[in-house]
Amino acid sequence: MAETADHSSPEEFKKHLGKYYVVFVALLCLTAITVGVSYLKLNRPLAIAVALVIASVKAGMVAAVFMHLISEKKVIYAVLILTAAFFLLVLLLPSFTVFESVAV
Amino acid sequence: MSAHAADAAIPHTVEPHPVTGLPNGKFGIWLFLASEVMLFGALFSSYVLIRTQAAHWPPEGGLSSEILNVPLATLNTAVLITSSITMVLAWASCKLGRIDRFRLWMGATIGLSFVFLVVKYFEYTHKFHDGHFPSTNNFYAIYFTLTGLHGVHVIGGIIVNTFLLTVGTRLWKTDRDHFTNRVENAGLYWHFVDLVWIFLFPSLYLL
Repeated sequence: MAETADHSSPEEFKKHLGKYYVVFVALLCLTAITVGVSYLKLNRPLAIAVALVIASVKAGMVAAVFMHLISEKKVIYAVLILTAAFFLLVLLLPSFTVFESVAV
Repeated sequence: MSAHAADAAIPHTVEPHPVTGLPNGKFGIWLFLASEVMLFGALFSSYVLIRTQAAHWPPEGGLSSEILNVPLATLNTAVLITSSITMVLAWASCKLGRIDRFRLWMGATIGLSFVFLVVKYFEYTHKFHDGHFPSTNNFYAIYFTLTGLHGVHVIGGIIVNTFLLTVGTRLWKTDRDHFTNRVENAGLYWHFVDLVWIFLFPSLYLL
């Protein structure tokens, strides 16, 4: 019962270790790219978009592979969807107050 | 009561709880991380608000990348990413029954955490030396608050990981799966600390 499908034997489990190194190298490359792009002095909206897209890809790889979210139980996904919804609400909340102060 | 102490062990440390399908510790750490998202999320939201309402960002003029030390922060990003893979390898070593390898990788993780803090210390003291404090302006207030809270999380990770590397390893002798799950949970927290930095670095230093 405690046994999970993705690593049934040590030999099988060892095969999965390679992906950690792949993600590690990818994260270092993306860090270099995001720093490199910052030296191009793009206009601000574009620079913000590029940096946040790269950061999101990096975060996605950490979450999916290092934190094993790619094969996790449903209840974790439910918790994270709820968290994402509240996080977006917190991000958008200030914009509601700004609109209000403009209207007054 | 003490006679029953042995029977009062916390349940579902290894075998999944029938409701969640997960060991309790893992479910618990994910709920904690959800609360952490809200903690950092609220501060990040404040940053977005303060920044979008500011006439100039940074207020003193110039660019964030000229005010903050990008090479040191890039180094620290690489250090944290490396500590994430050493952490996952520490857990994998437990899975493979190699406690000797676990000690090696966990030791490396803790060592890299200290490197991160030392670099941060140099960054902070340089700013203080130049007379820049959290009270200087909104830019420094946000910078010190976000990186400071993140730094506190790094210290928290060092404490938990050091416990697992030292006295905590005793559990390995009696219950390998339970110990392995503890390492996995500490790892989930550590990867989250890495994940937060992945967003803080471009947001504060590069944009």
